[in-house]
Amino acid sequence: MVEIRWHGRGGQGAKTAAILFGEVAVSYGKYIQAFPEYGPERRGAPVRAFNRLDDNPILLHSPIDEPDVVVVLDQSLIEPAKVVEGLKEDGILLINTPDQPAEVRKKYKIKGKKISTVDASKISKETIGKELPNTPLLGALVKITRFVEFDRMVKDLKIQFKKKFRGNEKLIKGNINSLERAYKEVVSE
Amino acid sequence: MPLKALTGNESMAEAMRQINPDVVAAYPITPATEVVQIFSSFVADGLVDTEFVAVESEHSAMSACVGAAAAGARVMTSTASQGLALMHEVLYVAAGLRLPIVLCEINRSLSAPINIHCDHSDTMGSRDAGWIQIFSENVQETYDNVIQAMKIAESSRIPALVTTDGFILSHCLERIEVLEDSEVQSFIGEYKPAYSLLDIENPITVGPLDLQDYYFEHKRQEIEAMREAKKSIEKVNKEFGDRFRRRYDFFESYKLNGAEIAIVALGSTAGTAKVAIDSLREEGKKVGLLKLRVFRPFPYEKLCEVLQKFKVVAVLDRSDSMSSTGGPVFTEARSALYDLTTRPRFVNYIYGLGGREITESDIKKVANEALKISKTGKIKELVQYLGVRE
Repeated sequence: MVEIRWHGRGGQGAKTAAILFGEVAVSYGKYIQAFPEYGPERRGAPVRAFNRLDDNPILLHSPIDEPDVVVVLDQSLIEPAKVVEGLKEDGILLINTPDQPAEVRKKYKIKGKKISTVDASKISKETIGKELPNTPLLGALVKITRFVEFDRMVKDLKIQFKKKFRGNEKLIKGNINSLERAYKEVVSE
Repeated sequence: MPLKALTGNESMAEAMRQINPDVVAAYPITPATEVVQIFSSFVADGLVDTEFVAVESEHSAMSACVGAAAAGARVMTSTASQGLALMHEVLYVAAGLRLPIVLCEINRSLSAPINIHCDHSDTMGSRDAGWIQIFSENVQETYDNVIQAMKIAESSRIPALVTTDGFILSHCLERIEVLEDSEVQSFIGEYKPAYSLLDIENPITVGPLDLQDYYFEHKRQEIEAMREAKKSIEKVNKEFGDRFRRRYDFFESYKLNGAEIAIVALGSTAGTAKVAIDSLREEGKKVGLLKLRVFRPFPYEKLCEVLQKFKVVAVLDRSDSMSSTGGPVFTEARSALYDLTTRPRFVNYIYGLGGREITESDIKKVANEALKISKTGKIKELVQYLGVRE
């Protein structure tokens, strides 16, 4: 079983990313869970969302304390939200930042783990037209983890986006482009 | 069967859409709001034939449900926590009038202090109201239980309440297999009410005054109906299993064979307990789980049969009955085994109030303590509080 923890700020789409990822994985026949953490919900406040992914039924219904992957939608959360806490020793830390993995490691004194970075904010601004780092991060996540096949995910997400954006072609295309760019641009150590 | 990714709330609304009830009267409350909201969008989009009654409170919601059901309609609603508490008075009316209403209930704590998260206090507060109560471990069971509840309620003429755990399941997306609309319809069949206020050829009186002379006889019949409902539940479980290959019973036995001690749990915690038990079994510890699914009617005969062989039974309760001697599941399970000449020792753990998390290691702790009691025969404390700061 693989466990993912998403860190974002209210409004950045951490919950949506977890749900979209769960829906894609189900279309592959995987067993999944996607759930947000419910606290006081305010735009801009730190929020977390979670995914579990497995080939067998998932029985656990407890919080995820030791994830395999941590995805950070907002670099400013790295220290205050203790994003590294509980991340497995060989776990992956995927961060939305213009910095290179080595720079992030040095700046925040992160020991061990594998660090990947992608400038999801910039990509989303250039493709979708506003700062929505969640979709591009999905593309980067799939590149570094290979949980699902990228081409098929794009196909599945096109269907989801059609529903979500009520056929708005510009938004659908922008989101797909953001996925593809992040898939190409993500850098790992 | 089509695979879908649905939350507990979405799965309940989907089951309601497929059941296509005649009347839904409901008032939104966290964490059940989505059930009502999603279903009302089905109504607005013309996907169901339901008359949706938007009311001003849960008391009115259940009252409107009673009226509609007395008129012979197939009726459903949904609520949680304070909402169920506000319905309390009318729950007894629905049961006493033998109206087979189905309620999708999202387990949430009760005020005060104010808390929106999961525990079973709300549902347990209604345990004596005369409703069938079914608990769900995951989203698949939530969905399956709603569909079965409709048929159980109508065949036993007793209202049924299906619960799922607030946020833990209500807002958790999981992979589930849904049935085709036609399969659901053919399973539940057409509803033919035994009596209807609208049947002017056969006029009836509903809810008249019933004093010392007959009230007791009527209540006695209601009690008997609850006993008989066990047969309806068995029949519906079997038919559901035969048709759709997902088997349900009053409870599920998990690795109880060869176990020395048993843990009893209901709802989403049962899943986490299974993981804990798998891990303990690998360590060679003989532990198993009894997941209680149907709490009303209480399956005490079957429980006796299964639990009598254990040395220790540890009951997990997600609510307290404020009796000062443990939670509702504990007192009822323990009482069920009282008449046996050799019976297990029982201990109780109150846990998870107001959404306090429960983990695999919490459950391992319970199992290890039960194993210790089994060895020493000594119980230090009958009722303990798991994961609380004291």
